[in-house]
Amino acid sequence: MQITTPHFKENATRAINDPALQQALKNVENGFIAKRRAATDALPEFEQLRDSARDIKNHTLAHLDLYIEEYEKKVVASGGHVHFAETAEDARAIILDICRKRNAKTVTKGKSMITEEIGLNDFFEKNGIEPVETDLGEYIIQLRGETPSHIIAPAVHLNKDQIESDFRRVHTHLPADRDLTEHEALLNEARQVLRKRYFEADVGITGANFLIAETGSSVIVTNEGNGDLTQTLGKCHIVVASIEKLVPTLNDSAQILRLLARSATGQDMSVYTTFSTGPKRAQDPDGPEEYHVVLLDNGRTAMLGTEFQDMLRCIRCGACMNHCPVYHAVGGHAYGAVYPGPMGAVLTPSLSGIEVGGNLPNASTFCGRCESVCPMRIPLPKMMRHWREREFEKHLTPTAARYGLKFWAFFAKRPRLYRTAVSLAMPVLSALGGSKRRIHSLPLAGGWTKHREMPAPEGKTFLQAWAEQKAKGTSR
Amino acid sequence: MTGKPRVGLFVTCLADLFRPTVGFAAAKLIEDAGCELDVPMAQTCCGQPAYNSGDRSDARALAEQTIEAFEGFDYVVAPSGSCAAMLKKHYPGLFKGDARWEARAAAFSEKVHELVSFLTDVMKVETVASDFSGTVTYHDSCSGLRELGVKEQPRKLLKSISGVKIAEMKDSEVCCGFGGTFCVKYPDISNAIVEKKSQTIGATGADVLLAGDIGCLMNMAGKIRREGGKTEVRHVAEVLAGMTSAPPIAGK
Repeated sequence: MQITTPHFKENATRAINDPALQQALKNVENGFIAKRRAATDALPEFEQLRDSARDIKNHTLAHLDLYIEEYEKKVVASGGHVHFAETAEDARAIILDICRKRNAKTVTKGKSMITEEIGLNDFFEKNGIEPVETDLGEYIIQLRGETPSHIIAPAVHLNKDQIESDFRRVHTHLPADRDLTEHEALLNEARQVLRKRYFEADVGITGANFLIAETGSSVIVTNEGNGDLTQTLGKCHIVVASIEKLVPTLNDSAQILRLLARSATGQDMSVYTTFSTGPKRAQDPDGPEEYHVVLLDNGRTAMLGTEFQDMLRCIRCGACMNHCPVYHAVGGHAYGAVYPGPMGAVLTPSLSGIEVGGNLPNASTFCGRCESVCPMRIPLPKMMRHWREREFEKHLTPTAARYGLKFWAFFAKRPRLYRTAVSLAMPVLSALGGSKRRIHSLPLAGGWTKHREMPAPEGKTFLQAWAEQKAKGTSR
Repeated sequence: MTGKPRVGLFVTCLADLFRPTVGFAAAKLIEDAGCELDVPMAQTCCGQPAYNSGDRSDARALAEQTIEAFEGFDYVVAPSGSCAAMLKKHYPGLFKGDARWEARAAAFSEKVHELVSFLTDVMKVETVASDFSGTVTYHDSCSGLRELGVKEQPRKLLKSISGVKIAEMKDSEVCCGFGGTFCVKYPDISNAIVEKKSQTIGATGADVLLAGDIGCLMNMAGKIRREGGKTEVRHVAEVLAGMTSAPPIAGK
C-alpha cells in the first residue's frame, strides 16, 4: 500500500472534516467498548488470564528459535511445507511460486493483515492472478480499492448506504430494483456472489491467529466461516503468518483465545475457531491437497532484545484502537500505514523506519487507555515514548520543537534564573487576559489558540506569592 | 520538631505559573490534614515535556534537580496526577543502571503522592471543611486515573461537602485531548477530542467542572470559553479547600 504516514496531520484534518467518516466512527466508539466491557466483566478470571497470556508470549519470544524449529518439524511431519520469508518481497515471491506451480488463476483469501503488510493483492493483480477477498469487510473494501481502516473491522469507516451503492455498482448481474435496505440483504448478496468463487479458486490463502509448535497447527478465528471455506475448498492452502504468532502448545492457544474475542468484539468466542494441521489425509472427506506456511519476519527478529520486543506479544484484537481517542477522531486511514491505532503507532516505525513512521508515536496523548485494555498487557505508551527518544537521538524531531524544548529546558534546569524569568513574564501574560481572564490569540501559541482560549495566568507565580506571604509571617 | 509528617509541596509548573490558587488550596488541605508543609524554591518542572518528547538527558537533569530538592521530606505531594505519576512512576526508569542514583530515585518515588489520594489514602482524611455550594462534574484525568488509581478519592471528599452535588458526565474516564505538547503539535486532533469532552460536560448541566490536573483543566476551560459555554472550571483542590473566591480558570 501507499504509505502516507508522513502526511498524517493533513490526513487527520481531512478525516475530521469528513462527515460520513465521522458518522461511521461513532460505531467504533459506541459499539466495541461496551461489548468488551460486558464480556470482560462476565469473566472473573479475565485479569489473571491477561497475566498468563503475557507470560506465555514472553516465554515464547525468549525461545522463539526453538519453537519455530519445533513448529516446522511438526508441519513437515503432517505433510505440509514451511517457507521462511525474511522480507515482504521474499514472501510475495514464495507465494507466487506456489500459485504458479498450481497454475492458479483465482485465489480466495480469508482475512489477513499480513497479506496487507506484504501488499499481496496488488502483486497478484500485476502477475495475472485474481485475489478474491471473502471476509465481508475485506470484500467491500476490495470493491472500493481501499485498504483496511481497522485490523479486525476493515470497513468500519463506511456507512451502509456507501456499501449499498458499491454493491449496486459492481453486482450488475443482479436485478437493479432489488431491495437492499436491510443489513442482512447486503450480507446475503455478498454471500451469494462469493459462494461460487470458493469453488473456482485454485488456491486459498488465510492468515493465522496462532501457530502451535506442539502440533504444527495454524489457527484462524472468524465470524463468517469464510476462512474455513477458503482453506478447505481450494486445492492448496497457503497460511501467511508472521513469526510472533507462535505459541508452544494447544493449551496456550486455548488460554489466549479466551482473551482474543472478548477483547476484540466482546464475544466469548468468535463464531468459528478452526485448527488446521497439514493437507487432506487419505481418510479425510475434504481439505486441501497441499498445505503451505509462509513465515514472515519483515523486521520482527530485529525487535527481539530491544525495548520494542513486548510489541511482539500483540494478538491483533484491535482493543487498543477501539479505545483510542485519537483513532476515534481520525479513523484508521489517516495513519497512512498498514496498522493503525496505538499498536500501529508502535509497529509502523519498526516495519517502515522511524523516518517514515515518526508521526504516529507522537500523535498520542499518552492517555494510557490502550494499555489498560490490551489483553497482552503491552505497554504501548512506553514504547511510543521510546520511538520519540530514537527520533530525538537521530535529530528527526522538528527543528522548532527541538529548539523550543531546549530553550525551555535551559531555564527549567536553572531554578533561580527560571524564577526571575517567570516572575517577569507571568504578570505580562496575565495583563493580556484583561477582564475576561483569557487570551484569544497569542504569537507562537497558535497551536493552542487556533481552537481554544488561553486561560490568563492569575498574576504572580505561586512560589513568588508564597515567599511573599512567608516573609510577612502568614502561612496562608 | 512538631512530630507531624513533613510534606514538600511540588506545586507543578502549570499551577505555579497559571493558577497559584491551586498551590494555596493544596497547602491548606495538606496543613489541615495534620502535616507540616514546606515549598522548596528550587522546584521548576517535573520534566515531562522533555521526557515525552524523547529528550531523556534534560528529563533526567530535571529529575535530579527535583529529587535533590525534595528527598529530605517524609512525603512529596503534587496537585496533579500527571506530574505525580512522572515523579512516582517514571523517575526510577530514568536512572536504571546508575548505581549512584537508582536507589535514591526509588526511595524518592516511594514518598510521592497525588494530592487528593494523599489526603484520603495516606492521611485518612474523611471530610473537608468547605462552604462551597453547587453542582459539580468531575473529569478523571488520565495519568491520575490509570497510573495512580485516582478515581473514588476526589468524589469521596467532594461528597463530604454538604453543599456539593455531583453530576457525573458520560465518559469521564476518556481523555480530554490535552496530552501535554500533543495539543499544540496536533491541534486539530486535540480539538476533535476536547469538543466531545465539552459536549459531555455541557450535557450534565453542572455549574462547575473539576479535575485534578491544571493542564487538562486549561484545555477544557479554553474550549468551553471559546464555544461560549457556561460551565465554570476549577481545580478540585480549590473546592475541597473552600478557596473559590478567585475567578475560575479563564473566567471572570
